Amino acid sequence: MNSSLERSRKIRTAGTYAFFIIGSVIMIFPFIWMFLTSFKTVEESMIIPPTILPAAWQTKNYTDATASLPFLALYKNTFLMIFWRVVCAVAFSSMAGYAFAKLNFKGKNILFSVVLLQMMLPSQIFITPQYQMLAKLGLTNSIFGLVFPGLVSAFGTFFLRQAYMGIPDEISEAAYLDGCNQWQAFVKVMAPLTKSSMAALAVFTAVFAYGDLMWPLIVNTDLNMMTLSSGLATLRGQFSTNFPVMMAGSLLAMIPMVVLYLFFQKQFIEGVAMTGGK
Amino acid sequence: MANSKAKAGRLARSESMWAYIMVAPTIIGLLVLNIYPLIDTIKLSFSKTRPFGLYELRGIENYVKMFQSAEFWRANLNTLYFCLLTVPLGIFLSLVVAVMLNTKIKGRTFFRAVFFLPMVVAPAAVAMVWKWIFNTEYGIINTLLAHKVNWITDPNIVMITCAIVAIWSAIGYDAVLLLSGLQNISKSYYEAASLDGATKLQQFFHITLPMVSPTLFVVMIMRLMSSIKVYDLIYMMIEEANPALTSAQSLMYLFYRESYIAGDRGLGSSVVIWTVALIGLVTVVQFWGQKKWVNYEV
Repeated sequence: MNSSLERSRKIRTAGTYAFFIIGSVIMIFPFIWMFLTSFKTVEESMIIPPTILPAAWQTKNYTDATASLPFLALYKNTFLMIFWRVVCAVAFSSMAGYAFAKLNFKGKNILFSVVLLQMMLPSQIFITPQYQMLAKLGLTNSIFGLVFPGLVSAFGTFFLRQAYMGIPDEISEAAYLDGCNQWQAFVKVMAPLTKSSMAALAVFTAVFAYGDLMWPLIVNTDLNMMTLSSGLATLRGQFSTNFPVMMAGSLLAMIPMVVLYLFFQKQFIEGVAMTGGK
Repeated sequence: MANSKAKAGRLARSESMWAYIMVAPTIIGLLVLNIYPLIDTIKLSFSKTRPFGLYELRGIENYVKMFQSAEFWRANLNTLYFCLLTVPLGIFLSLVVAVMLNTKIKGRTFFRAVFFLPMVVAPAAVAMVWKWIFNTEYGIINTLLAHKVNWITDPNIVMITCAIVAIWSAIGYDAVLLLSGLQNISKSYYEAASLDGATKLQQFFHITLPMVSPTLFVVMIMRLMSSIKVYDLIYMMIEEANPALTSAQSLMYLFYRESYIAGDRGLGSSVVIWTVALIGLVTVVQFWGQKKWVNYEV
């Protein structure tokens, strides 16, 4: 009786592992194939049946990709876009989230419904007027242009409001008794208590800014002002049949975020799980 | 006593002052970045684009043009087809992965990280590698199949190809969300069910599924919304010159092409308004339908 139970448990464990190993191969294989292809010559990439390992590990595709795309500028632009969007989202959403959760003021419900309205609408509905505003101000092809739609975050406000609502009022009241005003209570006492939520919002904002394609494509058309995503779209047009160069370019574009992910895997996943549902 | 009352009054006044200061950046930002553009898009959808960024109100002209366009209806059909292909299967697979990740086995953190990996890779790069894998002449899939399937250029297949890539990209994200729902289920239910002799499968259908249904509902709404809005993946996989473009063009791709390639922002705005209305409708239907299957009891 016991040994048959034991055996069925073992079979189940083996089945689970089989599932995960097959699943992992499906998830990782495209990246391995990208990596291997990026070192092959165009001729070698077209051999049938394909070679698995490159005949010679040549780096010409990387020099070709970096010659037609200013990767250093793309890294810099993408970094600055993500950096400012994260800073703005976390700072402004913390302030607003705290006010909506903990302070009393006239018009609170109306103002909060503006937040909710933005959350419910897809970002594409705002794109054309946002672009026209920037174009009128002559601010296309700039870092500011890339950051623009992410200057404030309705979702971040909603998310951090929930974090503040989870903190008992006694804590801020104790701070008032110690002579803090609302701002001091917020900065010194309350905000530090939402660290994990702020981190989650930062991860969420960064991951989505990094993947965003339509806005960077529209607002910054100068090659030197593009992000990694919109730069790749340009590369696709130039080397439509040269897959090794495109693989090299894609690899260069994905490496920074993947390296960050390898180090902060737990924070990434938990951050997304916390913000989940958006 | 009087002193403390005065202090409380001062605190209340400074409270609303601070509140306005603290919400100001967000509210001003939302008004400029979202509320004004929302109104402007609605206006644009009733206007004709003129050179130099000028517009002329033209009533429902754009909508008439849109409803008469075969390309528009085709884009609706494509989007619907994409949703049907990705949402049910994608959520089913994510649930399977989440249930598997919820078992106590060694290496589950590693496997979770592996499934989540596509989330941190820009969709542009993801689309590139899959385009290569699905390449008709030299792609590894056709080599393995020993068949030359036109994955990206055959109008009848192209959407399936895009759906495969979309599911592959989203599975880890959805699984992570579902996993957090699964982890909230108390172990005692399973222990009681085991004592009553319920099999694992019975436990899944009678405990796991009802208990995770609120999370499942959230994931489903989110996935359906993002499927209706699909753009980047299809844009990267299917370029202008692709003969299968009209069979793969989603509503948001049509919006992009009308507004920024053809330059007709009025018509583009009509497409976006239509899509938002569609998302609203679908969401209302989902919320109405949830009463039948989502369990908020425990």
